[in-house]
Amino acid sequence: MHTTMQTILRINGREARLDHDPRITLLDALRERLGLTGTKKGCDQGQCGACTVLIDGRRVLSCFCLVAAVEGEVTTIEGLSGEDGPLHPMQQVFLDRDAYQCGYCTPGQIMSAIACVTEGHAGSPDEIREYMSGNLCRCAAYPKIVEAVQQAAPLLIGRAP
Amino acid sequence: MRPFAYARAGDTPTALSLSGREAAYFAGGTTLLDLMKLDVMAPERLVDINPLKAEHGSIAADGSGLVLGGLARMSEAAEHPAIARDYPAIRDALVQAASAQLRNMASLAGNLLQRTRCLYFRDRSWHACNKRNPGSGCAAIQGVNRRLAVLGVSEHCIAHYPGDLAVALVALDASVDLVVPDGSTRTLPLEVLHRPWGDTPHVETNLAPGELITAIRVPAAPWFRRSLYRKVRDRESYDFALASAAIALDLAPDGTVREARVGLGGLAARPWRAREAEDALRGQRLDEGSAAAAALAAFAGAVTHGENAFKPELGRRTLVRALLDAAAMET
Repeated sequence: MHTTMQTILRINGREARLDHDPRITLLDALRERLGLTGTKKGCDQGQCGACTVLIDGRRVLSCFCLVAAVEGEVTTIEGLSGEDGPLHPMQQVFLDRDAYQCGYCTPGQIMSAIACVTEGHAGSPDEIREYMSGNLCRCAAYPKIVEAVQQAAPLLIGRAP
Repeated sequence: MRPFAYARAGDTPTALSLSGREAAYFAGGTTLLDLMKLDVMAPERLVDINPLKAEHGSIAADGSGLVLGGLARMSEAAEHPAIARDYPAIRDALVQAASAQLRNMASLAGNLLQRTRCLYFRDRSWHACNKRNPGSGCAAIQGVNRRLAVLGVSEHCIAHYPGDLAVALVALDASVDLVVPDGSTRTLPLEVLHRPWGDTPHVETNLAPGELITAIRVPAAPWFRRSLYRKVRDRESYDFALASAAIALDLAPDGTVREARVGLGGLAARPWRAREAEDALRGQRLDEGSAAAAALAAFAGAVTHGENAFKPELGRRTLVRALLDAAAMET
């Protein structure tokens, strides 16, 4: 890969300096350059939601973010809890409710679910289904995902992502 | 993705000076990167205009109308209280478009310019696409065309305009503010931003190279509070419209239509203003009969191609439902 530019990313409270081709997406940089493989590549076409991360608390698709254009603090699934600390409440509830089968979409589901709650769109199962519709689950764990988001919502009040 | 040069524009004059036929403006990236990964678009230079959000990213509403900055995000407009109150059709269209993630990313101006979802346009392994390869033919006319357009098509292209927001905006008489590379500005009615396909479907808009949409303007009308957007799709959420209708109604106290605005989506080559339906409704009392007559008028010119033969009927029913729902709104 020919390197033509340099960008400093802020990810999970740390700075990462990258020399990179202008073509690299945030998703590929996280996985291939920074060892943050928690964020998953599903379709790479903005259709499945597996690559969802937060930028300044807002959920975005990292497959459609160019590293060169990223502004703000990126939070990935690895940034939700410390190395040996307790899990983030949304992670813990996904575990408790068994809200997955194969687990591939789960990091994207959890990042999206946190934003769904902080945006104020987790008021009812219908609202959760509507505002989580950008995250596909090929195992169809949807009923338990909706239950998990609903159960975790009150636990996130007053908490930073 | 093919190699490109990346340039970040700190202000509008810089963006204009970096623009050109071989360049593309980069805002949310949700259409552009998608099509670059598919090798359908291959700009030599991306001009990152996100820093221009400070200049062209605000949303303001007052007695003279609504001004939406071209770089405001779809989610920001969807959450705006004045839009929800005074222009419900715009809010309806935004919250039913794409997903929460995409709405956080996509700019309003970029959303207006999103490209067709025609499978033959998006897949370069098909040679015949007059939009990608002018003069090569149209594989869709005899092919998989269930989602494609029945209004505003030509024998050269039946691609559909897939968006929602522009359909609501075209019904509400919106216009777009443009800056031109020489630094001057102009305003264009949204209805003529997109061109009819005709025999040049590869030329999709009346924008010259380097022109930039800085704002979208919607006039103020108290009766726009009686407006809505109804969308019918295969999936209940996160899907493109098979048929949609944007309606605004100015009703006299006895229920007679003083003025009606009708936009149609998912059915047409461009954001479609159904003036025949508006004319049919004016002066009529709005009921099932007059709504059905308006729907017939709206689709009188429909042209179908095999798989999409169901669309005129779905479109008529969607329009009738939307008109009756709009008439029943509490305002």
